[in-house]
Amino acid sequence: MNFVLNCIILLIVNYKADLHIHTVLSPCGDLSMSPSEIIKKAVEKNIDIIGITDHNSSLNAEVTHNIGKKNGVYVMLGVEVNTREEVHSICFMPDMTSLNDFQDFLDSKQTFFPNSPDKFGDQFIVDENENIIGEIEHLLINSLDLSINELADRVAQMNGIFIPAHVDRPRYSISSQLGIVPDNLNFNVMELSPFAQNNDFLEKFPWFKNYNYITNSDAHFITDIGKSYNCLQLEHLCFDEIKTALKFAILNFPKL
Amino acid sequence: MKLSEIIKKLDLVVLNAANEDEDIKSAYASDLLSDVMGNAEAEELWITMQTHKNVAAIASLKDIPAVVLINNGKPDVDMLEHANLENVAVLVTNLACYEFCAKLYNLINCEL
Repeated sequence: MNFVLNCIILLIVNYKADLHIHTVLSPCGDLSMSPSEIIKKAVEKNIDIIGITDHNSSLNAEVTHNIGKKNGVYVMLGVEVNTREEVHSICFMPDMTSLNDFQDFLDSKQTFFPNSPDKFGDQFIVDENENIIGEIEHLLINSLDLSINELADRVAQMNGIFIPAHVDRPRYSISSQLGIVPDNLNFNVMELSPFAQNNDFLEKFPWFKNYNYITNSDAHFITDIGKSYNCLQLEHLCFDEIKTALKFAILNFPKL
Repeated sequence: MKLSEIIKKLDLVVLNAANEDEDIKSAYASDLLSDVMGNAEAEELWITMQTHKNVAAIASLKDIPAVVLINNGKPDVDMLEHANLENVAVLVTNLACYEFCAKLYNLINCEL
């Protein structure tokens, strides 16, 4: 009996996950944030699962996924979407086909305001060897012509994961833009920023208490990767198990 | 000044009629609902470009009788439904925020 129990326990493994990381595609992402450098840092910090979430674009997700695969880092294919209310949410898709379809959907809701790299930063698409292979011309940090509820429903329809981002922050968050969590919002968990451990968010917004949370770094600089992370307990390292495990995540904030 | 008079004098389009006899003495302009929750006063007119249904919820919570959507704002379908349930007037102006606020300020303060 003990032997059987031991076997069951051994099957469950703890994984460290930081699911909110920007690359050089985000205008605010540092130029050191190439897919290969991000994976190198994740390996160094023993982060097993990362999420690539550039603003309104997922075009550096696949390349990071491929480099991650060779180096033992599971890369979630995602994007951080800015909706009409100027609320940020991170969204993940189960595979590349879905991600491409999702990107087409997002592109149909974009407003084409040109980027000025000297004011906002560069928006580079890169390959595995850090070569720049493209640049997005319209400013990616703008809001889409899409409501947060419509976005959440679309992600759910596509079997993705929907996470309202950094809800404790005074800008671009559900709490700042919408005050309260919209009813019927189709989300998996909500995200706290690394600042949440000492900004008294849940004391100031007590109506946010009864939700499940994860915490991520929202890294724009290479040293921020893994600053905040979660422990997820999985039997198999795959999208669907991660999706389920997010609700039971153990949150790790930076050491004060 | 009565809400009905403001609607008439500033050419507002009424998408959800309510509280037209309410006496409006002041207004609050903001697009951050957390800011409105913290700083708007009851019985004020709320001027915003947010069109999410939470606008109706926060207005009701703060006893705000009417919301003005600037720049010809189009409310989300469920915002209008909620406004109707919560008895919050939804009004639309084709003016931008600055111009609408200036006109409303003159209108209300000239009467005082």
